[in-house]
Amino acid sequence: MIRFIVRRLLQLIPTLFGLSILLFIWLRRLPGGPETAILGERGTPEMRAAIRHNLGLDEPIMIQYGRFVRRMIRLDLGTSISTKREVTTEFLQRFPGTVELTITAMVIAIGIGIPLGYLAARRRGRLLDHLSVGGSLIGICIPVFFLAYILKAIFSENLGWFPSSGRQDPTLGATRITNFFVLDGLMTREWDAAADALWHLVLPGIALASIPLAIIVRITRASVLEVLNEDFVRTAEAKGLTENVVRRRHVLRNSLLPVVTSVGLLTGGLLSGAVLTETVFAFSGIGAFVAEAISQRDYPVLMGFIMIIAVVYVLVNLIVDLSYSLIDPRVRVR
Amino acid sequence: MTIISRKKKEKIDRLAELAARDDERGVSLWQEAFRRLRRNPAAMVGAVILGLFVIVSVVGPFLVPYAPEAQHWKDEIRVGFLPGVRAENWFGVDHIGRDQFSRMIVGARQTLLVGVVATMIGLAVGSLIGGIAGAAAGLGGRWGRAVDNVLMRFIDMLLAMPSLLLAISIAAILGAGLTTVMIAVGAVSVPVFARLLRGSMIAQSNSDYVLAATSLGVRKPKIALSHVIPNSLAPVIVQATLTLATAIIEAAALSFLGLGNNDAAIPEWGMMLADAQRYIDIAPRLAILPALGIIITALGFTLLGEAMREALDPKLRK
Amino acid sequence: MALLEVDDLSVTFARRNQRAVHAVDGVSFSVDAGEVVGLVGESGCGKSVTSLAIMGLLPKQPGLRVGGKAVFDGTDLLQLDDRSRRDIRGRDIAMIFQDPLSSLNPVIPIGLQVTEVLTRHRGMKGDAAAKEAAQLLDRVGIPDPKRRLKEYPHQLSGGMRQRALIAMAVACQPRLLIADEPTTALDVTIQAQILELLKDLVRDSGTALVMITHDLGVVAGMCDTINVLYGGRVVETARRRPLFREPRHPYTVGLLGSVPRLDAGRGEKLNPIPGSVRDLLPWADGCAFAPRCTRRVDACVGQPPELVLAHDGRSYRCVNPAPVPGLTPAEAAPVTVAGAADVPVADEPPAPAAGPVPAPREEEKP
Repeated sequence: MIRFIVRRLLQLIPTLFGLSILLFIWLRRLPGGPETAILGERGTPEMRAAIRHNLGLDEPIMIQYGRFVRRMIRLDLGTSISTKREVTTEFLQRFPGTVELTITAMVIAIGIGIPLGYLAARRRGRLLDHLSVGGSLIGICIPVFFLAYILKAIFSENLGWFPSSGRQDPTLGATRITNFFVLDGLMTREWDAAADALWHLVLPGIALASIPLAIIVRITRASVLEVLNEDFVRTAEAKGLTENVVRRRHVLRNSLLPVVTSVGLLTGGLLSGAVLTETVFAFSGIGAFVAEAISQRDYPVLMGFIMIIAVVYVLVNLIVDLSYSLIDPRVRVR
Repeated sequence: MTIISRKKKEKIDRLAELAARDDERGVSLWQEAFRRLRRNPAAMVGAVILGLFVIVSVVGPFLVPYAPEAQHWKDEIRVGFLPGVRAENWFGVDHIGRDQFSRMIVGARQTLLVGVVATMIGLAVGSLIGGIAGAAAGLGGRWGRAVDNVLMRFIDMLLAMPSLLLAISIAAILGAGLTTVMIAVGAVSVPVFARLLRGSMIAQSNSDYVLAATSLGVRKPKIALSHVIPNSLAPVIVQATLTLATAIIEAAALSFLGLGNNDAAIPEWGMMLADAQRYIDIAPRLAILPALGIIITALGFTLLGEAMREALDPKLRK
Repeated sequence: MALLEVDDLSVTFARRNQRAVHAVDGVSFSVDAGEVVGLVGESGCGKSVTSLAIMGLLPKQPGLRVGGKAVFDGTDLLQLDDRSRRDIRGRDIAMIFQDPLSSLNPVIPIGLQVTEVLTRHRGMKGDAAAKEAAQLLDRVGIPDPKRRLKEYPHQLSGGMRQRALIAMAVACQPRLLIADEPTTALDVTIQAQILELLKDLVRDSGTALVMITHDLGVVAGMCDTINVLYGGRVVETARRRPLFREPRHPYTVGLLGSVPRLDAGRGEKLNPIPGSVRDLLPWADGCAFAPRCTRRVDACVGQPPELVLAHDGRSYRCVNPAPVPGLTPAEAAPVTVAGAADVPVADEPPAPAAGPVPAPREEEKP
């Protein structure tokens, strides 16, 4: 197991190398070059020249690239132009919120998507099937931010069931430990704080879940339909096993293989989708911060975001491979 | 190779391989697929939606009652009030006094234009890269394989990135604007098309009829022109249709983030939707109309694209 | 009293906007306890569908209709509700399938796939079930059964997989075993081993076996009684020896003529049946084999041929059967097919009295 993880991590080196080159080129191609990225638009020509010298931009390109990579490895992402604080610090503070939101969305998408996809396949051609296939097609086509606005308008502004913005009611004065608000509430036994944080996650979670949900429904449905036609399901039936055992042990387990992969694939998309959702709900996670950074041309923040997604991508990949090897013996880790 | 990246690629490669499928009944792939498509109600719904959309965007702008950028009703706007639906403004007036109906119609054309141009960019660049890789792989040899390998590693890396992130990064370099949106959204589909064309070329060069043509002594460029390229067309058209749908949605997302078109004279649904968010309380129609436009159009492309994929793929039809 | 009595079994797939397909069109045959019965025919003749219909394993789909009777030990299997059918499947009637790799669940160890039958029908659990499973694997000739129990299908060879499937089928000592082309997907050397294993198992336990195959070699080596199927009907039934010695139905003659023989002369050609199973006449319009038949006469078309009962329990469905000159099949076959060379059947216009021969139907297999 450990050896497998190490090997996988080693295999990622070429990918990260490629990514670092892309990022380096990207940084140099930004309007005004890296000095603007650091100074913002306000710098005078002298300041720019000084920065260029300080950054070593007058040095050979390979040395610059080497320095860039060293900074990346030390997680030194520079200073945010808008908040004037270290990008790394800013991210550490906001990341938990985004993680909470992403997990909520995934729980919603998986918790509804897999059963719905399975039922649609079992009742193929009936009303439920048509509804879920049609619904998932529409779900893919709705712009996430529009759905977020609609949810906010209906369920928080009109009906008042859910809060419309933020991560927690500040008047609660909840204790902060990890910045995962729900977790903090549970750890400090401030149940109301935890519940409130959870309540704040519902609407943005649903909005963010829309696309993964639609995709999971479709993939589960297609996969179950395919497995139902497999010979081994017929064998299981021929053995006279009860319907329950056939479904659980033989159909569902095999159908989930492709679903696991797509869940992994969707996680990266969720993080970037959070940019849109968090903005609508003024949810102080990385996404809202990045959306702000885009309009402010706060490039260090943007670059940090890309880095984070790269890291998350690497981790999710690893997790998917590991879980895949747990459920599919054909790719089992040795 | 990790499972995730394999997954995304498999879907594209599967589409690519369809082109190389041997035809049993002697009816051309196209006729057969078209026959199946006509019997699929979802495809027909998609086709009707797209037909209307194209007609509106081609003819509509000549028939609109007002210029889309003219602020005829600027003076009627009060804080917390915008003129609503009435005889002279069928869809009401927007936040700076322009006719929403005219803007919707003209916006249809711009939206279609953004989608089509973005897809074209993705198609052109992607096909170029994929074509080079496919040809290199076809030539074989150490160099051919090396070229193919390097190009595909790069493409796979892009493919693995979340599309919105890629679009944002590119838009950040180019600065806001309509061209930016087109390029950024187009760039997102480059890896898809590259992989598709390469897969299609490789699948076909291994197919029986190319083998037969080669063994009969037909020269390679001739085979490419008369067999490989025409047969790669079907998967490319399917993918382009699906890409158009995502392009329109992604363009809207970029507009929402302030990276989109900022030229008032050129209304575009994504930008209209983004602008309207601030007035969603007093005039929800301003947001709902362009959103519906985007959803319905994207749905039309998706329905038609998925139906075409199904029509081409015998395994999906079961 | 036969153990299984299939009577006028028919399976129809009706699809929207398409003509109904009669995959099985009035099949009747019987299996006595401990007997080995062969169902022989080309692919598409309805033999697999017959077995699936008896087991109640046809994929549920709109437009599927199953008619007739399949009486097993006094109960009509086709009338049973789902639950009673599940009780019989795997316990009284078991089935072995063609492709051992795809017929085993890839993500579950072999052991569980064996023990789940024991748990379901014999109430065995835990160690007892595992021990019994190991014994079963041992009995079907899988070496080191304890270790194999923990392995997955992809870790086994093709022959081992089929042995494992057989172990699952015989786990509850069923009275009837249906083997659907059990050796088709295997290497020739393995085929012989698996057939030997099946033979031993049925001899030792007194299980009746229905052997579904297109391979006459398999039939010759194993079966007591043979039913030849064509176009969804039994066209000839006979004990093994009479069938091989004096086939009466032209289709049986053709099948025997298509088998390469070592003792044939060097210059002698094989005698394939012309056309394919797609060139089929609906039974209602006459003999389904007529479009390909070398012995066709006017009477073949018009109404379905009656089943002719001959001596010692054999029967065939043909109005112009091959003669019984007491010839060996090797000699008999060339005689009939020699006629085929002179009269190209496919090009021959239909006899005027018969009316136009209907267009070939779609392939039978769904």
